[in-house]
Amino acid sequence: MSLDKSDIDKIAWLARISISEEDTTNYLHDVSNILDLVEKMNTVDTNNIEPLAHPLEITARFREDKVTESDQREHFQKIAPAVDKGHYLVPKVIESSR
Amino acid sequence: MHKKTIKELANALQNKEFSSEELVSSYLDRCDSYNSKLNCYISLMPEKAIEQAKSADKRIRDGNAGPLTGIPLAHKDIFCTNGTKTTCGSKMLDNFIAPYDATVVSRLNEAGMVTLGKTNMDEFAMGSSSETSFYGAVKNPWDVERVPGGSSGGSASAVAAKLAPVATGTDTGGSIRQPASLCGITGLKPTYGRVSRYGMIAYASSLDQGGPITQTAEDAAIMLNTMAGFDERDSTSAEEAVEDYTKNLNESLDGLTIGLPKQYFDGQLDASIESVIQAGVKELENLGANAKEIELPNSELSIPAYYVIASAECSSNLARFDGVRFGHRCDDPEDLTDLYLRSRAEGFGKEVKRRIITGTYVLSAGYYDAYYLKAQKIRRLIRDEFREEMETVDVIIGPTAPRPAFKLYELLDDPISMYLSDIFTVSVNLAGLPAISVPAGFANELPVGMQIIGNYFAESRLLNIAHQFQQATDWHQQSPKGFE
Repeated sequence: MSLDKSDIDKIAWLARISISEEDTTNYLHDVSNILDLVEKMNTVDTNNIEPLAHPLEITARFREDKVTESDQREHFQKIAPAVDKGHYLVPKVIESSR
Repeated sequence: MHKKTIKELANALQNKEFSSEELVSSYLDRCDSYNSKLNCYISLMPEKAIEQAKSADKRIRDGNAGPLTGIPLAHKDIFCTNGTKTTCGSKMLDNFIAPYDATVVSRLNEAGMVTLGKTNMDEFAMGSSSETSFYGAVKNPWDVERVPGGSSGGSASAVAAKLAPVATGTDTGGSIRQPASLCGITGLKPTYGRVSRYGMIAYASSLDQGGPITQTAEDAAIMLNTMAGFDERDSTSAEEAVEDYTKNLNESLDGLTIGLPKQYFDGQLDASIESVIQAGVKELENLGANAKEIELPNSELSIPAYYVIASAECSSNLARFDGVRFGHRCDDPEDLTDLYLRSRAEGFGKEVKRRIITGTYVLSAGYYDAYYLKAQKIRRLIRDEFREEMETVDVIIGPTAPRPAFKLYELLDDPISMYLSDIFTVSVNLAGLPAISVPAGFANELPVGMQIIGNYFAESRLLNIAHQFQQATDWHQQSPKGFE
């Protein structure tokens, strides 16, 4: 598996993690080694095998459609980096019109 | 008092030999004296602990005590504890005060247990050495130049040094069993879904499972009695009834059939580890068991499949840490994108980023089938071969880890070698089976654990075997020097 630096930059962007030039080289090395390790999976033919997502193959449980949680907005927002009037604050997303 | 198991402590509390307050104070004193040597606790909560101990003492006086009332414990810092810092070993959560209790925590609180503190761990449980923590590496009490294993290394180190009589841990690829092995104590990973994941910070949700880290199998059974059970707040919680896990501890092992996977004892296994495990099996044979060789031919694929699945699930689970609602936020973000990029770059450590990047790659367009789907297919092969062998044997036995505790920082910059230290544990998580690690001897004066793998929901049988083994041996009673 041959990756290059631009692959690492693309993946880091998808994962929304900024990485330095130096780190890009390190991740390129590490991730390439990891992909070499997992390459071993290709030694087995799995054409007729169904993927297994849950070890006990249990399907999602349904519950009655009624409200079970109480409103705890203030409680949860106490630990937020920045809030105002019940909203989470982030830098401005939409440019103001002039 | 710190030399007692929780079974013995419960009796002593009932007989008024000492109060829970005295017991908890004595453990807190030990933590004050020894934690700086081991770095096994991220935070201690002395005031809260004394308060909990006082109410436990009242329960004991009033005759409302259960088998865990007044017993101190340590929680791995991956379990949310209401109103107290819950870091998961990460700078990302250094400022995170959990707004609720994990189900495991609330169950143990209701049983009257007293929380001494939160234990150190690999960041977000990603590691096999407890060195990747933002709060520094944990040390092994058997040799403070060595790692305790990971990721629940703080819990294992604390129990081994008797800075807590018992602790909680989580196991995604061996994170309860491998540190238990390296620290010479008992660690149980229950069947997937047996213990609620609610409030347990997610790493790889289809593999994560909480369990007890204890001095004895009997203590693990007592803990599991309270920890296990259906929880509607966990969508993958098993709806299976909980049995009394202490009930069968004294059953005879007559007629027990043990499977020894040929692949586990092939070629590369360290000779000193192999002889400890063979001696352990011999001991079980003396107790009435029969051992036979079995085949698990896809074992060697478990590490590749595990690292694809675990990295993929981690990249998805850790997307929630975005600097908006809780956790670390970078200073002066230019815009929202900058806020995400830098908060995550600053908040996560190297190994966590490595796994997020690997996971993002294997899930990205064009690679999903080749990696993620392929790994899930291998996962089925691995699960099916365990199932098949479990039809002819009661349990499967092998080493927990390929070698005893390694030196601090020896493998930290070599992720592949570090991943390979999970060779005997990850397949069990892929299959969702329960397994226990029990102390079985020493190699170069370092503890070696024997892993016993059982069938789905056969925790009771595993605990019975481990308990019988501990009745016949005294490996679990050995203590590291310097922590008396």
